[in-house]
Amino acid sequence: MVFPPRDGACPNPECDSDALDAVALSRRGRVWSYTENHYAPPPPYVAAEPFAPYALAAVELTEEGIVVLGQVARGVTAAELHVGMEMQLEIDTLYRDDDHEYLVYVWAPAALGSAT
Amino acid sequence: MSTERDVAILGVGMHPWGKWGRDFTEYGLVAARAALADAGLAWRDIQYVAGADTIRNGYPGFIAGATFAQKLGWTGVRVSSSYAACASGAQALHQARAQILAGYCDVALVIGADTTPKGFFAPVGGERKTDPDWLRFHLLGATNPVYFALYARRRIDVYGATTEDFARVKVKNSKHGLENPNARFRKENSVDDVVNSPIVADPLRLLDICATSDGAAALIVSSMDFARSALGSTDGVPRVKAVSTVTPRYPQTVLELPDFATDSSVAVAPPDRSFKDSIAGAAYEEAGIGPDDLSLAEVYDLSTALELDWYENIGLCGEGEAEALLRSGATELGGRIPVNPSGGLACFGEAIPAQAIAQVCEVTWQLRGQAGARQVDGATVGITANQGLFGHGSSVIVSN
Repeated sequence: MVFPPRDGACPNPECDSDALDAVALSRRGRVWSYTENHYAPPPPYVAAEPFAPYALAAVELTEEGIVVLGQVARGVTAAELHVGMEMQLEIDTLYRDDDHEYLVYVWAPAALGSAT
Repeated sequence: MSTERDVAILGVGMHPWGKWGRDFTEYGLVAARAALADAGLAWRDIQYVAGADTIRNGYPGFIAGATFAQKLGWTGVRVSSSYAACASGAQALHQARAQILAGYCDVALVIGADTTPKGFFAPVGGERKTDPDWLRFHLLGATNPVYFALYARRRIDVYGATTEDFARVKVKNSKHGLENPNARFRKENSVDDVVNSPIVADPLRLLDICATSDGAAALIVSSMDFARSALGSTDGVPRVKAVSTVTPRYPQTVLELPDFATDSSVAVAPPDRSFKDSIAGAAYEEAGIGPDDLSLAEVYDLSTALELDWYENIGLCGEGEAEALLRSGATELGGRIPVNPSGGLACFGEAIPAQAIAQVCEVTWQLRGQAGARQVDGATVGITANQGLFGHGSSVIVSN
């Protein structure tokens, strides 16, 4: 299993297969670590103006054993996160241009009681 | 003790670290000439140039070996150029050592220099959707300090570290570097200075994170036979006992720059030793020594918290014990195992291709007893540790 998706070449050195199937990853996981960025990154990031700090979380997908870094849903601050906290995947707008809206995954605190 | 696999460090030199925006080859020339003078050799005597590359200075940066050879004046010398991000300097030393031990040359110049832009490092230009370094900026806004902050936060939430602990690393290093003539920042910082500086990436603040700097460092290394002929004796001459340039083993389960996901640990169990533990581990095995044999360490404090990670990764203490080791004073000058007596990146900032070489310069000065106010008494063995983007380990052990 590998993320982000790639064509061929299994990352396991004991495996010489080029046949990788697309599989859906869990949409839930637990926070491995997190931060909150207070300075606008340089391009190719498309920073909002005015710039607003945003949180990022590295979330461990238990079943897949993969940690995936992502921004945290808008409005959620680092003070609201902790290591081990359950998160769920959401889709948000990365940026818009004249023709398109570009999407990206974000991590959000898991809704209490909802199914995996 | 000398073995046939040692190489001698005959000369070291630097251009001081700063921020001037001049041509990086000017800095390199100063460092190379200083190292040659230190070795008592002329440029014509050098048989091989191992350059550490900079990707921020165009074509000349990519062909550092030839660029510096031309700057010093073509002599027909053979060259190599190494790029391994922050570990480029160790790769260059590795190249020079391999040439010497294989008998292809007797004496080599190892050199790296950089000129850095202001602000955050950004990926090189163009739209490159398969380059993880480009993607992490574009999709996630994940700057380098974001990754440093993830590691720092783990120390707080998992081991109970405090932001004051992180600040104490800066306080220590700022004291160490006060009288280092090559350091860029020579001002003593207090815990209050650090914890009141602006937040960059929570929990790290401006004074927790190293700056980007201009600078250059160079080494003259040779076979032990060449050193014996040049000096009459190799007694007390610092020698390279190990160069570790290891890469990770699958699955790499710790999130590392510039990747934004780890390998999966489902099909194959994670290795017994993490990548960062394996960097110094491989150096200790090659040198046949352990952490208890060290007089000092120069580690890559890209952030204050990262220095604490290194204490554990190079075996100075167990996992989660770095804060206690720091608080005990063991890693200060005068302590059991001073870490970053040079002042580290906290006082230098980072000049990428020069930095791993600068670490070896410092260990060499310490082992010769030439470190002045920052001298570690009776230093005989030093280790350097560093890590470059894309899985480049770097650790050098020098002893006399």
